[in-house]
Amino acid sequence: MKVPVTNSKNMSVQAIHNERIDSETGKLGMWIFLFTELFLFGGLFLVYAVFRAKYSADFHHAAEELNTFIGTLNTVFLLVSSMTVAMSITAIQKDDKKLALFLVGLTVLLAGLFMMNKYFEWSHKFEFKIYPGSEVLKNLPQGELLFFGLYYMMTGLHALHVLIGMILLLINIVKIKNGTVSSNHYLHLENSGLYWHLVDLIWIFLFPLLYLIT
Amino acid sequence: MNASENGSHVSFLEHKGKYKGILSWLLTTDHKKIALLYLYSIMIFFFVGVILGLLMRIELFKPGETIMDAQTYNGMFTIHGIIMIFIIVIPALPAIFGNFFLPIMIGAKDVAFPKLNLFSWYLFIIGAIFGVLSQFIGEGSPDTGWTFYVPYSAESSTNVIYALVAAFILGFSSILTGLNFIVTMHRMRAPGMGWFRMPLFPWSLYATGWIQVLATPIVGITLLMVIAERVLKIGFFDPALGGDPVLFQHLFWIYSHPAVYIMILPGMGIVTEIFPTFSQKPVFGYTAILFSSLAIAFVGYFVWGHHMFTAGISYGSRWFFSFLTFIVAVPSAIKVFNWISTMYGGSIDLKPPLLYAIFFIFLFMIGGFTGLTLGSVATDVQAHDTAFVVAHFHYIIFGGMGFAFFAGLHYWFPKIFGKMYNNTLAYAGSIVIFIGFNLLYFPQFIIGLQGMPRRYFDYLPQFQTGHQLSTIGGFILFIGLIIMVYNLVYHAKKGAPAPSNPWKGVTLEWQIPSPPSHENFEEIPQIKNHPYFFGESTGNK
Repeated sequence: MKVPVTNSKNMSVQAIHNERIDSETGKLGMWIFLFTELFLFGGLFLVYAVFRAKYSADFHHAAEELNTFIGTLNTVFLLVSSMTVAMSITAIQKDDKKLALFLVGLTVLLAGLFMMNKYFEWSHKFEFKIYPGSEVLKNLPQGELLFFGLYYMMTGLHALHVLIGMILLLINIVKIKNGTVSSNHYLHLENSGLYWHLVDLIWIFLFPLLYLIT
Repeated sequence: MNASENGSHVSFLEHKGKYKGILSWLLTTDHKKIALLYLYSIMIFFFVGVILGLLMRIELFKPGETIMDAQTYNGMFTIHGIIMIFIIVIPALPAIFGNFFLPIMIGAKDVAFPKLNLFSWYLFIIGAIFGVLSQFIGEGSPDTGWTFYVPYSAESSTNVIYALVAAFILGFSSILTGLNFIVTMHRMRAPGMGWFRMPLFPWSLYATGWIQVLATPIVGITLLMVIAERVLKIGFFDPALGGDPVLFQHLFWIYSHPAVYIMILPGMGIVTEIFPTFSQKPVFGYTAILFSSLAIAFVGYFVWGHHMFTAGISYGSRWFFSFLTFIVAVPSAIKVFNWISTMYGGSIDLKPPLLYAIFFIFLFMIGGFTGLTLGSVATDVQAHDTAFVVAHFHYIIFGGMGFAFFAGLHYWFPKIFGKMYNNTLAYAGSIVIFIGFNLLYFPQFIIGLQGMPRRYFDYLPQFQTGHQLSTIGGFILFIGLIIMVYNLVYHAKKGAPAPSNPWKGVTLEWQIPSPPSHENFEEIPQIKNHPYFFGESTGNK
């Protein structure tokens, strides 16, 4: 790309201008991508709605099997992590590299705690032979079978997104350390933050639908 | 103004980048080279699809088993559908012409996310390989039809998973292309090019982009659910496990009907560029064409139920979907009237691209009117799942999108390769293709109405004449395709050098040398006029 070179001051103004345009463009792309993610989960929410209407009593029984405490704890983890990732962006804007690193690290830690909880929750169910295709599940009423099918599909797809988000944030830690993400170039962190908020947002809907409404 | 006249011009094909040889293609982020990567790979898969289609036509030449058994035939029509729909018809126009000309037509140096653009191509190739592999390895080629209807797709012992994964990955690639184009148009238009000074091909890509972004994830998650049903035995759609097969059909068509507009809208955009150029006259009803594109994209979301009139949906939803289907016909008709009005009173130059574009209107109208036959509930119940549907679909998709693709190929060929093709051969090819096409598909309308079901490898003797005409048409079409491809491939290397503006077009791509340089524009153009401003006299320049 050609930048009109007149003097060094002018050039840096131009560079900052380009930087701002790039960042707007990158953010717009990320927002549109997040729309597609919403629609991806939207398909599952639609299926949930249809079967909830058809088998409301079965869904009621099955939902009581889920551990509301673990679900609540995980909700808290994700909500706090959404806050820390937002704070990390403010920190990098203020050029506080150390604080930004700490906050992104904390976000990853909270995400890890979420995944750990999820692991215990799932393995607890596996002990009781509640997993797709198991004998116990096959003998349940059809609505409960579908509830657990949806439960595994929705939380599984969500967990996959948590993992992807964690990887994105870990890349950011490297980038902050080597200076690729800095106070005047933080699009990557901002987009990862947006993605992380989406992960949080999806969970905010999954949590009541699966755990709270019984 | 080409290389010989202006020594400083280096075309993008000769541009020396970071990498040499094959890597300069495989690692390129130049939108024009990526477009050519798509062009070459799509042409290869197209001929795979064509040959599968031709084999099916040979099988149907006589009643009973001719060259393959029923199971092989089931595999063939499935893979023919998957290749043609997901690998060719959906991505071709945006990925080839959109990639090449969208940035140039809006006066940009590249798309918004060049690396993502290359990544989309790799996803496309991986998906396409999965699709083709499913035909040849493991348990035998999938036999569900490209629609993957459950419960059969959950039970069939064939390679359905490969095909599902292929469609999922190809969908992802399509989403990223659409996303890239939307952002490009929002952020990278040249100074002075307001939204209403943007040419209409980019506008059609804009409408297409939103469909790609907002509809494709639905089919993505649906395919994942079918995979979960097969692998994990989660019975979303299996009635034996409490699921609902009609729910699958809803989810599938929520994407796959808008997908029809992903296929046809860019095609409409291409012919909208061709009519003004070869009539030397501004396009008639710029705003009407623009808003009809958006209207098609919008209303197209709400008509999916017309695929399911016989699936047991309620009376109320049947008339509702039928009504909306008729509404979609309105913006399509607006476009047809506008194209014809553009030619009216113009100085028409019947070059091969215009000939293809006129064939497009003719075939698209036959496809469109028979679409209304299928869109009204009473007649659809009669024609559902017959060869009539096959004929209608091919008239819209091949006659529409396919002919628009050929039109675009002949229109922009001099710009892409900097060479001219042979006009006589191009006319010959287009006419042979047109005759073969009609002979191939028109008889299917008739035998369809007489009761010939689709997807059957055998038939009653009374349908034999229709099937034989159709098979002969298939071979004529194939010969036409060979003539066309020979003409283009041969002249891409050996043709006479093309001037920068052989058709006297006025949109931006004709104002730069052929082939364009790596950066498209020496300096970003300032837009002062309407995109189809032909000036006071000839309008050249």
